[in-house]
Amino acid sequence: MVPVPYRVVGRARETADTVTLSLEPVDQPITTPAPGQFNMLYAFGVGEVPISISGIDAGHRVRHTVRAVGAVSQALCAAEAGAMVGVRGPFGTDWGVDSAAGGDVIVIAGGIGLAPLRPVVHELLHNRRQFRRVTVLVGARSPEEIVFRGEVASWQASARITVRTTVDYATAAWKGEVGVVPTLIERVTIDPEVTTVMICGPEVMLRFTAAEVLGRGVAAERVRVSMERNMQCGVGRCGHCQLGPVLVCLNGPVLPWSRVGPLVARREL
Amino acid sequence: MKTIADVIAEQTFFQGLDQDSLDFVAGCGRNVHYAAGDRILTQGEPAQTFYLLRSGSVALSFYVPGRGAAIIDTLGGGDVLGWSWLFEPYRWQFDAEAREDVAALAFDGVCLRNKCDADAQLGYVLVQRFAKVMLTRLQSVRMRMLDIYGPSTSS
Amino acid sequence: MAPSAPTDYHPVVLDRPGLQALIDVLVADGRRVIGPTVRDGAVIYEELTQIGELPGGWGEDQGPGHYRLRRRDDDLLFGYAVGPDSWKRFLFPPVSTTWQAEVSRDGVEVAPPSEVPRYAFIGVRACELAAIAVQDRVFVQTSYPDRDYAARREQALFVAVNCSSPATTCFCPSMGSGPRVGSGHDLALTEIPDAAGSRFLVEIGSERGAAIAARLATRDAAPADREAAAAVWSGAAAAISRALPSDGLKNVLVHNLEHPRWDTVAARCLACANCTMVCPTCFCADFREAGSLSPDHAEQHRTWASCFAVDHTQLHGGSMRWTTRSRYRQWLTHKLATWYDQFGTSGCVGCGRCIAWCPVGIDITEEVSAIRATDGLTRLPAGAAP
Repeated sequence: MVPVPYRVVGRARETADTVTLSLEPVDQPITTPAPGQFNMLYAFGVGEVPISISGIDAGHRVRHTVRAVGAVSQALCAAEAGAMVGVRGPFGTDWGVDSAAGGDVIVIAGGIGLAPLRPVVHELLHNRRQFRRVTVLVGARSPEEIVFRGEVASWQASARITVRTTVDYATAAWKGEVGVVPTLIERVTIDPEVTTVMICGPEVMLRFTAAEVLGRGVAAERVRVSMERNMQCGVGRCGHCQLGPVLVCLNGPVLPWSRVGPLVARREL
Repeated sequence: MKTIADVIAEQTFFQGLDQDSLDFVAGCGRNVHYAAGDRILTQGEPAQTFYLLRSGSVALSFYVPGRGAAIIDTLGGGDVLGWSWLFEPYRWQFDAEAREDVAALAFDGVCLRNKCDADAQLGYVLVQRFAKVMLTRLQSVRMRMLDIYGPSTSS
Repeated sequence: MAPSAPTDYHPVVLDRPGLQALIDVLVADGRRVIGPTVRDGAVIYEELTQIGELPGGWGEDQGPGHYRLRRRDDDLLFGYAVGPDSWKRFLFPPVSTTWQAEVSRDGVEVAPPSEVPRYAFIGVRACELAAIAVQDRVFVQTSYPDRDYAARREQALFVAVNCSSPATTCFCPSMGSGPRVGSGHDLALTEIPDAAGSRFLVEIGSERGAAIAARLATRDAAPADREAAAAVWSGAAAAISRALPSDGLKNVLVHNLEHPRWDTVAARCLACANCTMVCPTCFCADFREAGSLSPDHAEQHRTWASCFAVDHTQLHGGSMRWTTRSRYRQWLTHKLATWYDQFGTSGCVGCGRCIAWCPVGIDITEEVSAIRATDGLTRLPAGAAP
């Protein structure tokens, strides 16, 4: 598969090291992605990295929120409007938001894990009546490191969904909670039989958040997480993303905790 | 009109205690209210009270010279505030401030300690519950120490 | 690999000049004929045009961590077993270009994919055909087939050879992949020693093979030829001593991920990745940008990678599999267990290369045997030798 050329039509700085790029196809678009899927983004001449889709907009526009942690992501974060970016995808499994219809949904994001969940919140808001209680819990390192700050505030203000935020390190001006994400979960009323939980964030956060949610009676099959691994081909052929029997790019990245929990419990699997 | 014992019985922290124990504990307690901005606890002051928050939000902070108040934790309805009344030297380790209107139950620490000495079974149950709260808070702090969201790069 | 169903094609016989004629026909058809030859103390696969380039009279001694060519006392052209090379070097090249493009503000011009070579492979063993079938599942029978592999594969012609002299490292019967060629070949030769050196019973496995055979001077196989060939086949099967019992193997491995044997083998393993390079089914690859001084040029290369590399699982500045123990465990459990989950078969074809080419002589059949013998162990008993 060859990268499809896309052009940067917008860029927004989310935090000191994170940028959201809005991309539009130069010619042919890729297939419209579903929330949870990812594209291999190509900084021509530098390399490719897998980045979850953080926005699905009209006119085949897609958004990707990139954190600068290496040469390729740094090049993407530096891409100016008009720059050319290659896109291969969409790949992987999606969050399956419609399968949660009729019940409660809890969306739990840690750090940049909010990016793959942002399209979920959009879909929940767009089809609000199909769901009962919708709760969004956001954890971050500090107030300045919450991505999509303005948007999160508007979700909070909309009162159509319950939004709670917490940080590890607060400033005196911070009005949200301080502490880890499970502390927020304690305050959510959960009806386990009808609740679907979607979690995205660092793997450590996935584990303690899933444990908290399971402790509240939600079945592991109803808890979905987005897994991350070294991915180079995106199509299940390079072998890098294996987690036991799972090829994260192909069988994931969104996986039920019933499948993933036992695998990540095994160190260095 | 609800008695203190009625209110206590509604709190998760005291769930499962028999009526005698609830009455016992209620004898040490009273209703208190704080407005947004009120200082509830001050670092270094004598710790003689155990608070059980009913509603509202409280910020725990350390005063750091040059940095001002660094918020280390936030608590809300159902949370226990303060355990330095349980252990010598009975002095608060941090500040606590109401961030909005707060309704709470305040228990006289000396009274409660004495009652626990008199009724070891009740004392055991209460200390066990406090230990659980401390464990959960400690785990939370340990996880925050891992800095799992990673450093914010400045370069 | 199950023995093939009887075809409509009757076996024929080629003599040595006939074998040369076969190669000539393939070359005349515009194919690059790849076959075994001796180089640098091993039998490796290279382009050839003459049967004189084949390793006539050569065999090997192979064992854990040991490979030496030795002179046979006969003149058989295919009297060796397997060397460090496998056909994946041609179907899934160690370095290849996945794309090249010129980029400008106006757009991206992607270069058309380069033409793939038309190969003819001579001397393909049953285990190697099985390995290619395994790699077909990885590269072709998926939602995202690899076009380059598929094209090379489709165009390649397979002249297989039935083994006569397995090495002590071979264990293909355990994996159902040999020693007799089953399917996947266009022609399958069995070398029969005779006064002229040898002749070849030729079994035809495809229409393409039949068409080639029709252009050669062959004679029908006589009963004596079939008997002689059958003796080679049974002799080869009888000569295989190593075994990897595969019954319930997947479950045994998956349920023993904390077995102390992993520590024992990790203490020996150098994580040198030899096993993954010589293994005919290993497919891990890196996809990296090929640096260019031109700012407008973009080019991605695919290169062989190995799960033994510490950065194979690099993420956020660290590796998910940091210890050698975890990497060895990954390789073996993937090869023999989770490969089933991913591709529906075992990843191992019993060729034994990993045993011979491991510098410290780790033998996967021995490792598996040790784990099976103490299924469920998570800790060594006090005082036990590791």
